[in-house]
Amino acid sequence: MNLIIGIILLLSLAVVFLLFRSTEILSVAKKKITHSFEDSNNSFNAITGVIFMVTSFIVVFWYSYDQFENYFLPMASQHAPEVEMLFWATMAVTFTVFLITQVMMFYFGYRYRYNKNRKAYFYPENHKLEIVWTVVPAIVLVGLVGWGLYKWNKIMGPPPRDAEIIEIVGYQFAWASRYPGPDNELGNANYKLIDVENIVGIDFTDTSSLDDFMPREIHIPKGKPVLFKIKARDVIHSVYLPYMRSQMNAVPGMPTQMWFIPTKTTAEMREETGNENFNFEIVCNKICGRAHFSMKHTVIVQEEWEYIKWKNEQKSWIEKNPDYYANFIKNNSTDVATLND
Amino acid sequence: MEITKTSTKPKVQEHDHHDDHHEQSFITKYIFSEDHKMIAKQFLISGIFWAIMGGALSSLFRIQLGFPDMDLTALSPIIGNWLTPQGKIDPEVYLALITMHGTIMVFFVLTAGLSGTFSNFLIPLQIGARDMASGFMNMLSYWFFFLSSIVMFISIFVEGGPASGGWTIYPPLSALPQAVSGSGMGMTLWLISMALFIVSALLGSLNYITTVINLRTEGMTFFRMPLTIWAFLVTAILGVLSFPVLLSAALLLIMDRSFGTSFYLSDIYIAGEALSNQGGSAILFQHLFWFLGHPEVYIVILPSLGITSEIIATCSRKPIFGYRAMVYSIFGIGVLSFVVWAHHMFISGMNPFLGSVFTILTLIIAVPSAVKAFNYIATLWRGNIVFTPAMLFSIGLVSFFISGGLTGLFLGNSVIDINLHDTYFVVAHFHIVMGSASFFGLFAGVYHWFPKMYGRMMNRTLGYIHFWVTFIGAYLVFFPLHYIGIAGFPRRYYSFTNFETGRIESFIDLNTFVSFAAIITFIAQFIFLFNFFYSIYRGRKASKNPWNSNTIEWTTPVEPGHGNWPGAIPKVERWPYDYSKPGSDKDFIPQNIPLSKTPESNMPDDSSR
Ligand code: HEM
Ligand SMILES: [Cu+2]
Ligand SMILES: [Cu+2]
Repeated sequence: MNLIIGIILLLSLAVVFLLFRSTEILSVAKKKITHSFEDSNNSFNAITGVIFMVTSFIVVFWYSYDQFENYFLPMASQHAPEVEMLFWATMAVTFTVFLITQVMMFYFGYRYRYNKNRKAYFYPENHKLEIVWTVVPAIVLVGLVGWGLYKWNKIMGPPPRDAEIIEIVGYQFAWASRYPGPDNELGNANYKLIDVENIVGIDFTDTSSLDDFMPREIHIPKGKPVLFKIKARDVIHSVYLPYMRSQMNAVPGMPTQMWFIPTKTTAEMREETGNENFNFEIVCNKICGRAHFSMKHTVIVQEEWEYIKWKNEQKSWIEKNPDYYANFIKNNSTDVATLND
Repeated sequence: MEITKTSTKPKVQEHDHHDDHHEQSFITKYIFSEDHKMIAKQFLISGIFWAIMGGALSSLFRIQLGFPDMDLTALSPIIGNWLTPQGKIDPEVYLALITMHGTIMVFFVLTAGLSGTFSNFLIPLQIGARDMASGFMNMLSYWFFFLSSIVMFISIFVEGGPASGGWTIYPPLSALPQAVSGSGMGMTLWLISMALFIVSALLGSLNYITTVINLRTEGMTFFRMPLTIWAFLVTAILGVLSFPVLLSAALLLIMDRSFGTSFYLSDIYIAGEALSNQGGSAILFQHLFWFLGHPEVYIVILPSLGITSEIIATCSRKPIFGYRAMVYSIFGIGVLSFVVWAHHMFISGMNPFLGSVFTILTLIIAVPSAVKAFNYIATLWRGNIVFTPAMLFSIGLVSFFISGGLTGLFLGNSVIDINLHDTYFVVAHFHIVMGSASFFGLFAGVYHWFPKMYGRMMNRTLGYIHFWVTFIGAYLVFFPLHYIGIAGFPRRYYSFTNFETGRIESFIDLNTFVSFAAIITFIAQFIFLFNFFYSIYRGRKASKNPWNSNTIEWTTPVEPGHGNWPGAIPKVERWPYDYSKPGSDKDFIPQNIPLSKTPESNMPDDSSR
């Protein structure tokens, strides 16, 4: 393998060098003393340009069509189709501009390649034209921006009141999740209380933390708004759910949030993709160190009744770690009050 | 500015007396030179060195992405301690590689290498000055850059490896050595190196601005300046206004790292320990960084656009279309580039309302960019196009600028960016619009002004081979990344084998293909290197004005000496774009030819140009 690559490299180097020598010798032989810069292989370059352009367009169209399923992910949240609509509208606009400008450029290169019997057209400006191509893009952009902002405000705006609240905490190199439990209220947490067991630093002197539970996988209900309250313990991470078209950074010292409404359960996705191992995953999307690339967490979307059933089966954290809780209360009953000042 | 002007005055007059026949020692001529042409060459050669480094690093990490199972033990004599026992690149080394690649390419090649070379070389020659306003500051600028380069180079080999938080060095990752080993000594050196770099950039930029404002020859009004000079001027202004902000960001980071302050740090629990830092804001750093970072991307592209404007006009044998519109859009881009920075932070957790504001501002900046692209195409229309290698690279630049600018419209719309942020789509966007386009401007400039730099011509055939391989290669490398990004693949991932079950297979072939194309394209650059160095010594002797160009640098001797013009500096009589003027029997009228000598081709509105 290495040998073959080496030989190919050597051969191509040899070819390049031969070409180089031969042009030098040829130009000497032809006694081209003037070396006028105008005879610059204009036709060769002009035609190569056109061939390149046509070929690339064919390849791009073919690949984009043929591989669509491969690069276009199924959409699994309510806002995903709305975002994609704008994405593809932008694609239509930009691709049209792309096509027109590239075709013009390479075509002009070919059509107006050097000819010593012709003189270029002295054409320094045309204000009308310039105004047109300033104003038209501006109008199109206003349209795209207006549309975008309308959706942006909706997606980033306040979550519905009935949203399921889940705390997500990123740390090198994993995610933890905490549910508020039956009282629907997440208990206080403090980073100074974090240790090997209490990985998000729950403050158990706050009574609303007593029923909080921390499952191994995140479960969320289909068709109901879900609000992620996002935190990071050490460095910046990013909660990225490509199928939901949702993302938000997790920043130490600054809680963030995002919300969405799932529209497909994991089971439905398994059917749709034909992959029985399919799982939604939170992937970390902000460089965070050595194992950034494997920092992920499974998210299971269920029908609402399944979700409620699952939730009712969960044991609270203190129920699972009674010793820790007892110790905590013993050691912290006074300290924490000062900590939280 | 007044001070620099007066202090350099005597010097300029001195040159008038003894132009060339003043023997300089080797040291003052080649090393501590104050001649702008020599300093330009120093920047160019250093830039080339860094470009090879940056390219080699990227080949290494593309091997990891494209051929994840390859055993690199064969390379261990060179990169031994970067490999795992299985002969694979270590994950932290991977992060260090991308960080160094980005830093080197953005700052050392496309800022110092590009502006340093062409602003230095062309400003005095094209505006008709004997040298920069302050030759001494100019020399200092290079040597600060040199120092900065040395520090950055050393950082690659220190214990713990070089900085590895990405070229954007977001804290807390970059602030805490516990978080990644590159944030130890490597990061300290990175910050020192960048501080030196900023000093160099400021010295250089102030000089460029002063020179353009004060040292233009008689008749060279602002609106008779070639677009190259406009571009260099605005680039320098951007640099002066934005680099100090990076310096302050870096200083605060240094304080957080070494002196226990909490500018960026708050509520952190790491390595089994809760840090005492409270009240800092990690987002603050991002604001400061991108306040430089976004103007920086225009610092990188504007000189290339200026170079391209000049070459496209010359080689189409036509005036640049809409000269004034070009000037205004350079300024428009310059001003707007200061108010769009937070489009890099749409989902950083900042207030969504800010996101809305920055979406609007960001998409406004697309307008002047579009105007520039349209004007280039209009310049080609009905031209008489000569495809010199420089012209090919210029056309390539326009092609990239359009392709990459258009993807900016996706990213600039905050709602679309939610899903695309930090994916390969962003990587595709900026490698095309910034990386490739700006590199092509650099190549175009070298091919075009080589005769003025070294008095010889570069080989054309090698130029063509270089262009076509690089142009096609760059598209093959960067275009496929769009698909990978749309599919939601995060950037800065060491490997995708742990990535969501069932989806990794989808792009294995494409990644291999991209890596293959990248390595071939990198190797093809050695054709250029050979051509460059061979032609310095053995190239065909150049004539005085090999491209029949109008700008006044071509009125200097083939190899201009210290002081540039042996006699008086030519007076400028017209704008630089009188190509193919109706009535004239030649297809170019240089800037120093008075209108009174060309009655046959004068036009009523000539005086307004
Ligand atoms: C049409 C004009 C442009 C628009 C609307 C635009 C928009 C954007 C946006 C919104 C991002 C952030 C994407 C993200 O991180 O999610 C971005 C990234 C970037 N853009 Fe542009 N851009 C434009 C032109 C340019 C130009 C001309 C350059 C350089 C010459 C450039 C260089 C970059 C770079 C380097 C990054 C990524 C930096 C990083 O995260 O490492 N862009 N662009
Ligand atoms: Cu992470
Ligand atoms: Cu930007």
